[in-house]
Amino acid sequence: MANKIVTDEVLKQIGKMGEPRTYEVERGAIRRFAEAIGDPNPLFNDEQRARETRFGGVIAPPTFCRSMGSPIPDVKLPALGDSFRGLDGGSDWEYFHPIRPGDRITAQTRLVDLKESEGRLGPMVFITMETTYTNQFGQLCVTQRSTAIRY
Amino acid sequence: MAKQIYFEDVEVGSEIGPLEKNPTTQQLVKYAGASGDFYQIHYDKDFALANKLPGVILHGALKNGFLGQLMTDFAGPEGWLRKLSVQYRGMDQPGSKVVCRGKVVKKYHEGDQHLVDCEIWLENAKGEKTTPGSATVVLPARHLH
Repeated sequence: MANKIVTDEVLKQIGKMGEPRTYEVERGAIRRFAEAIGDPNPLFNDEQRARETRFGGVIAPPTFCRSMGSPIPDVKLPALGDSFRGLDGGSDWEYFHPIRPGDRITAQTRLVDLKESEGRLGPMVFITMETTYTNQFGQLCVTQRSTAIRY
Repeated sequence: MAKQIYFEDVEVGSEIGPLEKNPTTQQLVKYAGASGDFYQIHYDKDFALANKLPGVILHGALKNGFLGQLMTDFAGPEGWLRKLSVQYRGMDQPGSKVVCRGKVVKKYHEGDQHLVDCEIWLENAKGEKTTPGSATVVLPARHLH
């Protein structure tokens, strides 16, 4: 069956990039983020004790990148119009290098997938975005894929 | 610092956690401030009710953060969380306990790395898995394999 919403024309948007945004990672921001989760791990809170680990100092907790948003590319779904409803479906993270206080992290979001399926309330569109977080040395630290559902 | 677990210490089926959390509206406000997610459904009850919600609800990303804590606790200071996936299936409200749990589903090597795949989830007070997911951690080994 042909897609009603995710047409060939709509699929051409895959690969579209949002504007990059650069953040300077503050020690206090890492500590406050860990505190908000209620995570007392010294790796995120205690420079002295974190220094004794193989990381050699404080690092950011796994979901810290949630505090470093970047503009998402605009996805046009003409068949849904402006009256769609949306849901956050979840996230897939991959970790390559630790993020540390003082790092300059550039976040950029790209549209990586569009899928359509038939739901109870009619057609649903699964929109997958990937955000990359790259440090000042050009090392890819984290990728986050998030799937939003519009219907 | 948490006690370090080694690759040899875990088996398929080994349990991870539990990590119990008792989120309050105050915690949601702290998380909104720390993450920059100021969507009102997470702290403004009138706004949440007007949006047909039962009241304010936990940020999905906060539950993601709880599951991140479960896994960095498990990996210990010498381990490394390589992958973390979560799916938001159900809503959770402050004032009610949630528990993060997991179990090891696979142990394997990749090059000189010792890896463990885990099934993880966050469950509500009724034991319903509102936020299932998976994770992969690199663990240190006592002996080279």
